[in-house]
Amino acid sequence: MSILVIAEHDNRTLKGATLNTITAAAAIGADIHVLVAGSGCSAVAEAVSSINGVIRVLLADAPHLDALLAEDLAKLVTQLAGGYSHVLAPATAFGKNFLPRVAALLDVAQISDVVAVESANTFVRPIYAGNALATVSSDDPVKVLSVRATAFEGAVGGGGSAPITPITAPAGFARTRCVSRELATSERPELAGAKVIVSGGRGLGSKENYDAVLEPLADALGAALGASRAAVDAGFAPNDYQVGQTGKIVAPQLYVAVGISGAIQHLAGMKDSKVIVAINKDPEAPIFQVADYGVVGDLFTLVPELVSNLK
Amino acid sequence: MKVLVPVKRVIDYNVKARVKADGSGVDLDNVKMAMNPFDEIAVEEAVRLKEAGSVSEVVAVSCGVAACQETLRAALALGADRAVLVNTDVELQPLAVAKLLKALCDRELPSLVICGKQAIDDDSNQTGQMLAALLDCGQATFASKVKLEGGSAMVTREVDGGLETLSLELPAVITTDLRLNEPRYATLPNIMKAKKKPIDTLTPAELGVDVAPRLKTLKVVEPPTRQAGEIVPDIATLVSRLKNQAKVI
Repeated sequence: MSILVIAEHDNRTLKGATLNTITAAAAIGADIHVLVAGSGCSAVAEAVSSINGVIRVLLADAPHLDALLAEDLAKLVTQLAGGYSHVLAPATAFGKNFLPRVAALLDVAQISDVVAVESANTFVRPIYAGNALATVSSDDPVKVLSVRATAFEGAVGGGGSAPITPITAPAGFARTRCVSRELATSERPELAGAKVIVSGGRGLGSKENYDAVLEPLADALGAALGASRAAVDAGFAPNDYQVGQTGKIVAPQLYVAVGISGAIQHLAGMKDSKVIVAINKDPEAPIFQVADYGVVGDLFTLVPELVSNLK
Repeated sequence: MKVLVPVKRVIDYNVKARVKADGSGVDLDNVKMAMNPFDEIAVEEAVRLKEAGSVSEVVAVSCGVAACQETLRAALALGADRAVLVNTDVELQPLAVAKLLKALCDRELPSLVICGKQAIDDDSNQTGQMLAALLDCGQATFASKVKLEGGSAMVTREVDGGLETLSLELPAVITTDLRLNEPRYATLPNIMKAKKKPIDTLTPAELGVDVAPRLKTLKVVEPPTRQAGEIVPDIATLVSRLKNQAKVI
């Protein structure tokens, strides 16, 4: 029984969520292959080859896979899938985009956001914004799973030296074209995998305040920045900062919620954090019901005080 | 040009789901139901494209129990022209819905399908992508901007770390993200008008689709609850707790 994991990367470096997905694969079985598809991505394949537990790396390196469109990746994975009992990808924007296409082409169900592996055909996944956990089983010949990275430790690199097998990708899908990409470059850690997150909500009042209040705190803690839906809707922070049911799911060691009331949809995205700190002026805010430590008061005085205390 | 918009009847966004005591699922008896919020955004986008003159007809589709007609009426009140209910009492999973929609697309031949990116009940985030695969057409998930030009759609998508713009030849499937638009409220006159708009009813058998569930739900439980912690009096205490008790800084 072999398992195929699809690596997420940007043609240069491997994204961390792949490592968590490999750990989920290891909970199912031992024979783990990883597909690295892209353009000029051999460095990624090298990196994957050394990850403990990976026994083979498949490298599909072709110019038309540069943008890695769902149409192209799904066709490639579907061709390979016949030889595998399970196909896994991280439940990130990348995995969510292409994986259901694979499942449909294989005529099998997909199990989204797997948080636990009970057996080779039984898995646990959150539903209703994480207000319920469903245990589901599948009798389909190939199990297609997207994996919630925060529910599994990251596989460790360094020990392995899996062989890298080049494979040929099918011709590109001519009717979709990637026109442009605007990716923000940040010195801060990636939100999804960050150890510490400082997250801001409506209470900050403006983009200027969001930046002025939260950036020094994020700097002091070496944290990634996040935001509630209200803050993103109001334009305080970019869209991809949103933590919650329909945004990013995070589980850092420390999550500092500043001026966030704690709607269930937000809690769904961060309640598995190890330690939650809430700073809010409203003592009745639901965020305090999940926070390990709460401070009630004006965030505009408390956060700068916290920054100076951390120095 | 025709746009098809699938809409799902789900638990209302503001209602907290409760797990049934016997662990068989989530209790939906006497719970307020509504249109899936992402589908509302999809209807709004289709109606705006029609208002802008690039679309001639907006067809709303719902798959499921008879009560889904209410959801279709809501879509008609927002501006959809007509609706189709694929009526079944079978529990529908994303692959089955995608197959029903594929069969419907074969009949209706829409140039564009706009779906919500995920339903807030099962949180699967699959149907649009599956439909695109079955139609062998292009897809743009998590759309934050849609522009139609001639035979193609320019779609800006929300991806990790920023935005990506795709050009899709039509027909294509688009799934909506939160910030594509802000759906309007249905006005009373439009709600009245919606009552006169036609809803066709079909069955999975008429569409030739096997909708039997592939996944079996063995049990549904409440997640472990987090205990509320301690309200500390000041920042100095907070820092001391984080250092000495939680040991995270």
